[in-house]
Amino acid sequence: MTKSFYGTVLSSPLMLGTAQYPSPDILRDAVKAAQPGVVTVSLRRESAGERAGQAFWDLIQKLDVPVLPNTAGCHTVKEAVTTAHMAREVFGTDWIKLEVIGELDTLQPDVFGLVEAARVLTEDGFKVFPYTTEDLVVAERLLAVGCEVLMPWGAPIGSGKGLNNVFGLRAMRAHFPEVPLVVDAGIGVPSHAAQALELGYDAVLINTAVAKAGDPAVMAEAFRCAVQAGALARKADPMEERDMAVPSTPVVGKAMLA
Amino acid sequence: MQIVVNDEVHEVSAKTLAALIDELGYSGARIATAMDGSFVPVPSRGNTLLRDGARIEIVAPMQGG
Repeated sequence: MTKSFYGTVLSSPLMLGTAQYPSPDILRDAVKAAQPGVVTVSLRRESAGERAGQAFWDLIQKLDVPVLPNTAGCHTVKEAVTTAHMAREVFGTDWIKLEVIGELDTLQPDVFGLVEAARVLTEDGFKVFPYTTEDLVVAERLLAVGCEVLMPWGAPIGSGKGLNNVFGLRAMRAHFPEVPLVVDAGIGVPSHAAQALELGYDAVLINTAVAKAGDPAVMAEAFRCAVQAGALARKADPMEERDMAVPSTPVVGKAMLA
Repeated sequence: MQIVVNDEVHEVSAKTLAALIDELGYSGARIATAMDGSFVPVPSRGNTLLRDGARIEIVAPMQGG
């Protein structure tokens, strides 16, 4: 079943970050190849002379893909809330990918600050996409303060390690069958993305895996195919794992040659 | 009056945040602003008075993950 994100059905379960590409042209090629449902964007200090932000905004508008602004780099509730307000004004959307970072080595979310920031922003009319862990208690708190989407990490941001805690992600899917879930962070190769969709996740958010590939546009296409494969596999209801071998070729009628 | 904009000190004559944006050459730019850590929306810039030492943040769209 295709779930909506705050009432919007995405054209693809692939969410693509726009950072770290070798050039704007390569970013554009990668987005065209990925055909993502949304692209994530951010805010940074602007120089009056360079107007780099305007150039980036022009590029994004030409891509004609919905944007999901983030609060990347924020470490406090106040920072994240202020950044979200600035993003809403600049990007003209009340969607916000909420990051409140709690630890520098792993970029693990500060889940206490996250819940508080989500509460404040939801009351201010934002539609919050919280970057969280697979902790079910935190997830319950996020839903209780008004979040309608959860974005647990697969692994630390930029690590490319894939789905570190498949059991935890599976438990989250089972515990919240109606909530749109997105694996955000840590995906390194298309098979990780396919695995997330096979687990029943509704989308994946990828940036570094595409931007830092040798050929970002080709990798973007690979991820586009992977999420399609994963979603189809989920729809097809995969077989259950077994501990012991079971012959796939029928044994009945086999010639007795021994 | 001295104002800190994006961590750089500027000597300015502007009295309001809206005037500061014009004075520093941001007119017409797609930007958002904060003063002393608090968001200042576009409609409020004209009546947001600057004070000596105020910390202004001016941000614009940028690549993000």
